[in-house]
Amino acid sequence: MLELDSVSRSFGERRVLHDVSFTVARGRMTGFVGGNGAGKTTTMRVMMGVLAPDSGRVTLDGSPISTQARTRFGYMPEERGLYPKMKVAEQITYLGRLHGLSTERAKANTDALLERLGLGERSGDTVESLSLGNQQRAQIAAALVHEPEVLILDEPFSGLDPLAVEVVLGVLKDHAAKGAPVLFSSHQLDIVERLCDDLVVIADGTIRASGSREGLREQHSGNRHELQVAGDLGWLRDEPGVEVLEFDGGYAVFDCDSQETTQRVLRSAIAAGPVLAFTPKHPSLSQIFKEVIQ
Amino acid sequence: MTASTGPDTPITPLGITSATWLVADREIRMRLRSKAFLISTAILVLAVLASVVIGGIMSRNTELPQVAAVGAAIEVAEQTGALDVTVAESGEEAEQLVRDGEVEAAIVPADSPTGIQILALDEAPLTVVQFLSVSPEVVLLEETEGPDGFLIYLVSLGFGIVFLMSALTFGMAIAQSVVEEKQTRIVEILLATVSVRALLAGKVIGNSILALGQIVIIIGAAGIGMLASGQDILLADVGPSLVWFVVFFMFGFVLLASLFAAAAALVSRQEDMGVTTTPIMYLVMIPYFLVIFFNDNPLVLGIMSYVPFSAPVGMPMRIFLGWAEWWEPLLSLGILIASTLLIIGVGSRIYENGLLRMGARVKLKEALKG
Repeated sequence: MLELDSVSRSFGERRVLHDVSFTVARGRMTGFVGGNGAGKTTTMRVMMGVLAPDSGRVTLDGSPISTQARTRFGYMPEERGLYPKMKVAEQITYLGRLHGLSTERAKANTDALLERLGLGERSGDTVESLSLGNQQRAQIAAALVHEPEVLILDEPFSGLDPLAVEVVLGVLKDHAAKGAPVLFSSHQLDIVERLCDDLVVIADGTIRASGSREGLREQHSGNRHELQVAGDLGWLRDEPGVEVLEFDGGYAVFDCDSQETTQRVLRSAIAAGPVLAFTPKHPSLSQIFKEVIQ
Repeated sequence: MTASTGPDTPITPLGITSATWLVADREIRMRLRSKAFLISTAILVLAVLASVVIGGIMSRNTELPQVAAVGAAIEVAEQTGALDVTVAESGEEAEQLVRDGEVEAAIVPADSPTGIQILALDEAPLTVVQFLSVSPEVVLLEETEGPDGFLIYLVSLGFGIVFLMSALTFGMAIAQSVVEEKQTRIVEILLATVSVRALLAGKVIGNSILALGQIVIIIGAAGIGMLASGQDILLADVGPSLVWFVVFFMFGFVLLASLFAAAAALVSRQEDMGVTTTPIMYLVMIPYFLVIFFNDNPLVLGIMSYVPFSAPVGMPMRIFLGWAEWWEPLLSLGILIASTLLIIGVGSRIYENGLLRMGARVKLKEALKG
């Protein structure tokens, strides 16, 4: 388990991270969301040891992370960077060797990764000749070539087409399945909602929410339901303890002040005629996000 | 799949030495792949080789003036040992050879006090006259040893140009490589893997090896050129200073390379590089101009040979002129190595502190403070 404990960091007078604590569990995909300038990138740089925190610490399975242990991390920085004039396979192999792989193993891993990411045919081209989306894939290969045991990826899905998102997601899930803690940031909330197991929300340098995706949803779902009946739902507006949010003839979305009210509404609906659907309505991630960062 | 490549083999991080070599290896590979670099090196080598060989051939051609000689004059002409004598049957034939331009002058027997007469077209052939004249003996009161002025100029120009070219080419190569890594942000990935020191050392070592290789090839070409064109004596004169030049250059270049790397780490874009590398360019260019303009000035050369930035040019020059005591190169080398170590220390600090600061140019004071 990768853990941040009360990490703070300032640049000059500006405090970018304030008492940041959260965990990234092994074998789980953890999404890291926040607005622009919320502190995502700084947090990831601190985790990678590229920046030193002013206070607080980062631990892996309870112990501080040595430089040696960090070479087993896979990192994708926010600002993409590969040598523009080096060939794709050549430089991914080079990065693999820098991480301690033998030349043969680095080459084998590079070939396998490029093939899987759909870059096999471009492996002999220079990076600068690739399209942005393909550079992005090469960047992912660069983060994964040394069989990392921890993954920290800053916006890994930005700039990828939907097919590529699926491929990359598959690769990341494989790593998670092998027991690696996987942390990835994104501001595309719909993607995060679909992909992550756990979620960490940051705003203004402080953690506003963290936990499993389902847990967070339930926590923020309140008591909202969706009701569809064959007849008319006009009577719902007059029920005590009910606030109707959406209404369209036989369809309504409403909040109840208690479980009893919910059950009473359901009984009334059945008494009034056939009920086609009655479902609890969980908020979407973007709703939760808006709620917690306020 | 062998044991060492199997997927279950634990992966151990690289030590600083292997990481340094891996970085150096990449620098060398990428540089050798650049066509511009290969072509400019080839041109430099050919230019040096050509100037040595052509210089040798031209100086040999002017050695022996061609003359025609007749009868008793043949012996007189050959005695000088400095004339290319063509034997003519008669005075008329000798005269015709002069008129045809086959020879510079004809030497024919005559009833003059010298017993010979020189026939030339429209101008007295001074060289020929000189060889046939009896000159009074000259005794020099002050013995001058060592090479003549023109050779001194050539050698100082040679040292100056080779130093300037190599230091600038490879110094700027290091600077560009540092900024490239900053600009593309690959430096973040690199620093998460290898230490700053390994990265800097790898760059400096890689480019130093290339620079030294280039220097050795150029000097080798000059040496081969001298031997091939029969200028063995010149090689014997210049040889020791060439060897010292290589030794001094090696350390002097590492010093400059660290400065270039540090200067480049202060900026984030190639466009801004000029601002911080210009002062170092001056440090490279000043010795070049000094050695050319003051190649016969003992005071200036003396100072140059001890100042670390100019020692790689100044000290070999003094050795060539025979002005340096045997211990002087060693002392100067000691000073150079000490200042190189110091500069590496300061340079790597600036490099380390500048490397992750993106955007505007980092102020030198901030980079030193960290």
